[in-house]
Formats: sequence, structure tokens, C-alpha cells
Amino acid sequence: MSTEESTTPSTQTTTSANSTQPVIRCESVYKIFGDNAKRMMRETGGVVDAGKFEEAGCIVGVNNASFEVYPGELLIIMGLSGSGKSTLLRCISRLTDATAGEIFIEGQDILTMKNKQLIELRRSKMGMVFQSFALLPHKTVLENIAFPLQVKGESTKDSIERAKQMTELVGLAGRENYFPRQLSGGQQQRVGIARSLAIEPDIWFLDEPFSALDPLIRKEMQDEFLRLQGVLSKTILFVTHDFDEALRLADRIAIMKDGVIEQLDTPANIVLNPATEYVRKFTEEVPREKVLRIDTVMDPVDPAESVSDLKVPQDALIATVAESVLNAGKPVSVVNDNGQIVGTVHATKVIKILFGSRSDNQTSDQVEQP
Amino acid sequence: MDTLSENKFLQFLLLLGIFIVLCMIIPESEGNPLWRLPPLLAGLPLMINNGVDYLMFDWLPVAVYDPDIEEYEQIPIMRQFTRGVSGFILFMIELVRELLLGGVKTIVTFTSWDWATENQWARWPALPWTVVAGGAALLGYALSGWGLAIFAGVAFSYIAVFGQWEPSMQTLSFVLIAAPVSVCLGLALGVWAYKSRIAEAILNPILNVAQIMPHFSYLIPVMVFYGIGDHAGAIATIIFATPPMVRLTLLGLKKVPAEVTEAGLMNGCSSWQLLRRVQIPTARRDILIGVNQVIMQCLAMVVIASLIGAKGLGNDLLIALNRLRVGLALEIGVCIVLIAIVLDRLSMAWANQQTDYFANQSFTERHKHLLIFLVIFCAGVVLAFLGSLVFKEGFNYFYLIPHNKGITTEPFWQAGVDWIWDTFFYSLKAFNEWLIVDVLIPIKTAYLGMPVVATFTLAMGAGFIVGGIRSALIVGGFLLFIALTEWWDRALITAYLMTIAVLISGTIGIIVGTLCAQNKLSSRFILTVCDTFQTFPSFIYLIPVMMLFGVTDTSVVIAIVVYATIPATRYTVEGLRSVPESLHDAGSMSGVNRLQRYLSIELPMSFPHMALGINQTVVFALSMVIIGALIGTDDLGQLILKSLSEKSGVGNGLVLGFCVAFIGLAIDQILRTWANQRKAALDLA
Repeated sequence: MSTEESTTPSTQTTTSANSTQPVIRCESVYKIFGDNAKRMMRETGGVVDAGKFEEAGCIVGVNNASFEVYPGELLIIMGLSGSGKSTLLRCISRLTDATAGEIFIEGQDILTMKNKQLIELRRSKMGMVFQSFALLPHKTVLENIAFPLQVKGESTKDSIERAKQMTELVGLAGRENYFPRQLSGGQQQRVGIARSLAIEPDIWFLDEPFSALDPLIRKEMQDEFLRLQGVLSKTILFVTHDFDEALRLADRIAIMKDGVIEQLDTPANIVLNPATEYVRKFTEEVPREKVLRIDTVMDPVDPAESVSDLKVPQDALIATVAESVLNAGKPVSVVNDNGQIVGTVHATKVIKILFGSRSDNQTSDQVEQP
Repeated sequence: MDTLSENKFLQFLLLLGIFIVLCMIIPESEGNPLWRLPPLLAGLPLMINNGVDYLMFDWLPVAVYDPDIEEYEQIPIMRQFTRGVSGFILFMIELVRELLLGGVKTIVTFTSWDWATENQWARWPALPWTVVAGGAALLGYALSGWGLAIFAGVAFSYIAVFGQWEPSMQTLSFVLIAAPVSVCLGLALGVWAYKSRIAEAILNPILNVAQIMPHFSYLIPVMVFYGIGDHAGAIATIIFATPPMVRLTLLGLKKVPAEVTEAGLMNGCSSWQLLRRVQIPTARRDILIGVNQVIMQCLAMVVIASLIGAKGLGNDLLIALNRLRVGLALEIGVCIVLIAIVLDRLSMAWANQQTDYFANQSFTERHKHLLIFLVIFCAGVVLAFLGSLVFKEGFNYFYLIPHNKGITTEPFWQAGVDWIWDTFFYSLKAFNEWLIVDVLIPIKTAYLGMPVVATFTLAMGAGFIVGGIRSALIVGGFLLFIALTEWWDRALITAYLMTIAVLISGTIGIIVGTLCAQNKLSSRFILTVCDTFQTFPSFIYLIPVMMLFGVTDTSVVIAIVVYATIPATRYTVEGLRSVPESLHDAGSMSGVNRLQRYLSIELPMSFPHMALGINQTVVFALSMVIIGALIGTDDLGQLILKSLSEKSGVGNGLVLGFCVAFIGLAIDQILRTWANQRKAALDLA
């Protein structure tokens, strides 16, 4: 206990002193499966070539991942199945041990942590939601949500009290005594979310939380998720294979392929400047007006130009203001949060985003497909 | 040659051909090693005996203070250990027994015999049977509801009213100690095997052998180490009942989804919390099947444990069977079955309990059940007191109904048996004779007429065709052990009884299973029937067949067939019902008729499961063949039974037990490999 008491306060002081310190920091994280993974890492001197490792009977799960997540940020790790995204998440939550690299949670090195410290960290700071919900089948909704609290040693009365509040928060009031098997998928995941939030964690891991749900329910749950995040502002690491979901929810997206992070950037930058061919393929079909903010297409203010009376905020998505910009008949001013004019947007640019080609060779494809 | 290496059917035909030729050309002669191998392992039993003797009487003596002679004694540590275990278990059994039936032994344990004789008042009184029956009903109500309450109440009333109270409570006290110990031990070993791969590797072969070893074989070493009495019976029972619990615990834990374990970890569980609150409850389904198995095994051992001195129903049943009092045996059998079902249902209900957090309960509501029990207790005591005023014949029907003073339906059953004998005597006799003379004896002769080389060729060849050189060697190794003992011929007789039974059971099971699997209702019906029959301890099946056929091989064969048909039927139904609906639809859209659908879709898809069913049938049949020794056979089982009463029976008993187990394991190896290959080919989990 003494070590925990001494480490925890010191972390808190550093966090409050420097608010831009990342909550999660990964330094060259590798996860390689296979019996002789460690030996291969030594022999190759840390240069991981997936092909060579596979010949030696190893599978590269995560290959040299480095990034940071800042307080209140929602980072989405996006990739197709087998890209290593869930493995990366499990390395950070230390459900599996990374083969090499360093991972810091609020400045604490999680890889060298003792088991007891790790349990303490999970009990106080981390919550996780799972793809298959991972509810305890023998416990009711209420008992499932109260579980992390009871594991911590809270009394039955207190934990059940708190669990009741949580059921209300996720909209499951009235179903407290149901068993998981009696709930629909969406409801089960609400329980999973409530359980992960019961201890009021600072860091929230979500591993494909909505992938097992029907599209309509998924949309509903995403809305619910945004609502919760609006209230709670957690630091979030969210894994998904659904690019649309990533664009809809993320502050920043990391796109993974074969264990490598191909690009890590804001949704707009990924759509506008895909770093690799692989990323570009994802962005092709994305409706840009739903991703890009109006300031990405604005021009500098030209005093000679006559502008409309209409003013649009610079952080508005193009889709939300396109109709009024096009109807204005004149260029429209873009204003920042303080109401100052920062630029002008022309209808032609908006039309190009709405209907224009994504790239030249793309045009022919689209013509062929009516 | 290509077709031969591809087509397994042709390979089997070729093998059969070689086998027959070998049988023809090798003559029956004493000294020919092709006919019978020399009994090189004949000295093994003696070695085991010596080893056990050394362990018990010479190894590592320690000084122990004996309060009776007030001196230190040199006692071998093993003996001291077994004494301690025996004493503890005996004390526990006596404690429960005297809570139920009254007595003085527990009091004596804390004082002394002298004190107890001087103070005649210091006797623990028995609970009136009304209180026990009422308590059982209340427990049923508290755990499950009215259904179980009524069942438990009626079951215990039946036991009391039919005059089986005392032996039943003796049996119950014995099971109430043996079953929880087995469950805890099994759970602990199962968890250990789950946590450590080495433990699993060590436990796995032991479990395999332990599950097929005949019940009797456990008795002999237990007898040597722990003596005779209730405690020895309990220890033999625990050894026998633990392996399935270990198996099922391990199976259940392995099936816990990785994400559930991860969720537990992320919720901050320590490894103990993870196990206790996440993994074990999630694996509950399989673990509960394990508990159920333990209870069934405990009651199956009731009769067998009575051979080494366990008191209770088993002992009475054995005596009734020996005296051919079929009616009495039937009543005792019903008592055992009732206890089995009540315990099983209560344990299931207990594991599925649920807490209501919303109810804001007052003191009386929270302690409702305790209060009701107190009321039942008082009512029972008052009733017993009133009874003592009413019944003047020396025993009180409201307190304890003495043994065989209750109602009995024995004359009715006896009359029924007599009537059957009178009416069907000639047809039964004719059938019996026909079966023995025209079927059983010829097959037995044929089995005994196999040269050892031919048997090896057949078994190892089958192993090779199914699982390659590895299977062939494993099967060969098992057989070699048996062939090198002096009991190869006896083993052949065991194998012959088993083969006949498995063939008949398999055929009946697959046909009945197939017919019943055709619709949901009949499937559920037959599965319920199987469940119920499986609850009956195996020797119960001997009672009705003895009614009809007396003490003959026919009785044994029919008992085995009835018993072994259960798994064959169950697995067939389960296999057929697990064929996915979409495949049925795909078949229908391809225009198959019912028979085509069965032959080309359902049968191949459910084959692996059916093969496992046949495997179970073999295990069931083997265990029943050995139990058949109780009513007279001349196979390995009889020898094991005999070595029970020999002074140096340990070695013989163990080696004989291994012989039986190895027959089962050899067949298991072939069938399991085959089933697994088919499963892999069909991409079934």
C-alpha cells in the first residue's frame, strides 16, 4: 500500500500542474505473438519485418506504435480485422503484456507496474467496454453494474445505490432485475457502458462497442455515447472497424494496418490529405461535407468583395451550412467564436465539395455507375 | 493401390480379411506365443502388495503419543496419516448421522465412553422424521418454490412410511459428507489444471484411467489404507466421484469467453476475485453438471461402498438382492433414487438463487424461513410427543418408524414376480435358454478362440486406419498390458459381454434417438427420460431383470443394454438436433426428401457427436459389466469382487482394474480420434 500512496499523489500533482501532459503515452510499442518473439526481437535489434517474423513462427500484432492521448480527447483506433487495433488497446490496458516499448498512463509506466498497483489503477482510473458486452451471465443488470464497486470493497448497499443511478443514466431504469440473456444487444451494451462508468474512471476504453449491434441501434448508441461524453468528458480510446463511426465520433483517428499506424490525424486532415494509399481508399467514399469544416474551404477576406449579410461559424460542418451558403447568392463571411470575420466562403468551393470529383481518375468510375 | 490408401472402408475390409485368416491359421496351443502371450506381468500384483505393505507398515516411522497406553509408539507416517483422515471423516459422518438419527458417539468423542455410560441422560435425540421431511420441503420451497417443496416432502415421507428411514438417513449422512468433499476437491483440482498447464498434463491421464476404472477396484486399496467402515466407503466414494467434477470444472473454465475474463480484470479483480466472482460463476453451467455427476456417483457408490462397510440402504439392497427379495430391493431402490433426485434438484436450485435488492424487508420477512423451520420443529416434536401417548406397541410412528415396520408393498411385487414366473415361465425360460445357448455361448467361444496376434492385428489395425501410427501404438500398448497379465481370457469375456451390449445399445439408441429427434416435443421428451434414467444408480437396473431372468448372463446382458442405451440415445438426439436450421433449409431447397435429408445431411453432420455417444456407451457398458459380477459373471469383474475378500487383494484388484480401464481406453482412443477428425473435417467447434 505504501508505494501506491506515494506514487498516486505525485502523479496527480504533475497532472494538475501541467494540463497538457498526455494521459496516455505510447513509445514504440510492439506486440509480437509466438514463443520465440523475445529472441527474434533481440536478434533483429528491434527492427520488425512482419514477413521475416512470420517465417520464424511469430505473428506481429502491433508494430512500433507511438502516440499520445490528451485529457478529454477521444482518440479512435480504426482498422480492419487483424490490423492489431484491439491488441494495441489491450497492451495499453495491460490485458496483454507488450513485447517491447513503453506505455505511460498519467506519467506512470504501466509495463513495470506490480500486479497490485495495476489492480489499484484499474479500480480507480480505467473503464472498458467490450465488443461482445462481456456481462456476467449469472448477475442481474444491477449486480453487473455494481460489480466493479463491490470488487473494490464497497458495501452492497452503496454499490447497489450507485448502480441504480447508473441504470438511469444509460436509460435502463425498470430493468434492474433482468439477466443479460433477457436483454437485447443494445440494452446489454448499455449495461456494459454503465458498468465501465460505475467507478467514474478518467480513462475509458471501448473495444468495438457497437460492432455487434444492428445499424439502427448502432446509430442510436452512437448518439447516446456522444451525449454521455458531452456530460462526462472522459479521455477515451475507442477501437472500431467502421470508418464512418470513426469520422462521426473522433477528435483524432489512428488508422492501423498490419500492426502499423498508417496515419494519425483529425478526421478532416485524414480525408483531405490521406498519408498512404491504404488510407486514401477509406476516404474515397466519404461524403466530405460531413467531415470538413467550413473554414477548410474559405478564402482570405477580400475587402473589395461584396458579401452577404449571412455569417457562418468557422467550425460548422459544410453539410450543416451548405444550403444557406448556396441560397445566399453572394459570398458568405466566416466568423470565429468571438464573432470576428476570419474569411469568406464562395459557393463554387462548396459546390465542388458537395458534387465535385474526389480525384481525376475517380470521375470516370462515377459516370459509369449511374 | 491409390483407392486403397484413400478409401477407409476398403482398408477396414482388408483388415477384417487378415484378421480372419490369422484366426484360421494359428492353432490353439498352450505354449505358442502367437496364441497367448506369456504372463510376464504375473508378478506385478505381488510387487504392488509389497509396495503397499512397505508404505503402510515400514516407511518413515514417527513417534506418536498414545493416550490409552500412555506411551509413545512408533507408527509409520502413512498409517498415521490415513488414521487421521479416517478419524476426521468418520467423525463428520457420525455427526450428521446423529443429528438426524440421534446417538451417543459424537458426545463420546468429546468426553469418553465411561462418562457416557455413567450419564445415561446424555443422549442426543433423533429428529422426528416429520421435522426432517418438513425441513426438506421448506428448503425446497426457499430455494425453488412449491414444486420442489412438495417433491422433497413427499420423497422423505415415502422413505419414512415405507420403513426405510434409518438406513436412508445413514446413507444420506454418508452422501452429505462425501458429495461436498468431492465437489470441493474436484473444483480445486479443476482450477489448478486450468491455471497450470503442467497440472493439466499430469491430471489428464489420471482422470482418463480413473473414469473407466471399475468401482470395485477403488475399494481394495482404500480398504488397505483406511480399513473398513463408513469412512472407508466415503473415501472410496470421494475418489470415484471427484474425477468428473475435475473434468467438468476444467471444461467450464476453458469455455469462459476471453472478454468476460478481461472484463473482470478491467473491473479491478484480484486473481482470487476473478476466479471466485467471474470465472467460476460464468462456468457455472458445466460446474453444476459436475455437481450433479458427483451426487449421482455418490449414490451409485452407495451399494458398492457397502461392500467395505458403509451402512445404509446399499447394504440392505445388497442383502435383498442376494436373498432374491425383489420387492424389497425395489422399495430400497426407489429410496435411493428419491434421495438422488431430491439432492440433485436442491443443489441445482441453490446454485441458481437470486437476491432481491429492492425489497425492503422487515425482520420477520428476512428470517421467514428460519422462523418457519422453528415452527415445523416444534410441531414435529409436539406430534412426536403425542405419538408416544397414542402408540403403545413400543414404537412411535410420529418419531422414528423402525426398520421394516412401515408399510411395504413387497408382497405385491413378490406376487407380481410369482405371477410372471407362473405365466411366462416357459417362454421366459425358452428365451433365456435360446439367448444363452444360441447367442451368448457361441460368441463367447468365438472370442476365446481368437489368437492373441489376431486380436492385436484387429485392434491396432483399426487404430492405424483411424489415427495413424500414433493411435495404433497407443491401442497396442493398452492391449499389451492386458495380454501380459494372466487374465487375458477373462478380459476377453468382459470384452464379449461389452461388445454384445454396445452393439445392441448402439442400434437401439441410434434408432430411438433418430425417431425421437424428428420433432421438438419428442426430443425433449426422450431427453427428459434419459435424464431420469441417468439419475438411477447403475445397479438399480439389475433389480427388474433379475425379477424376470434370475441369476444368469441374460440378466447381466439385458441390464447392461438398458443402462448403456441411455448415452447412445441422448447423444444421437443431441447430435441430430444440433444440425443448423439453415442446413435443413438448404437441403429442402435442393429438393431432398426426409430420408435423403437424414442420410446426406443430418447423419454426416451429427456423426462426430454420435461417435462420442458410442464412446460413452462403451464406458457405461463396461462399468455395468463389472457391476454384473454382483449377480454372477465369470469375467474380470468377478475376480475383482473376489480379490476384495482376499488378504492380499490390493495388487490383484488394481491390476484387474487397470485391465478393465485399458479396454475402455483403447476403444476410447479409436472412437475419439475418429470423432475429432470428422469434427475438424466438418469445421465443427
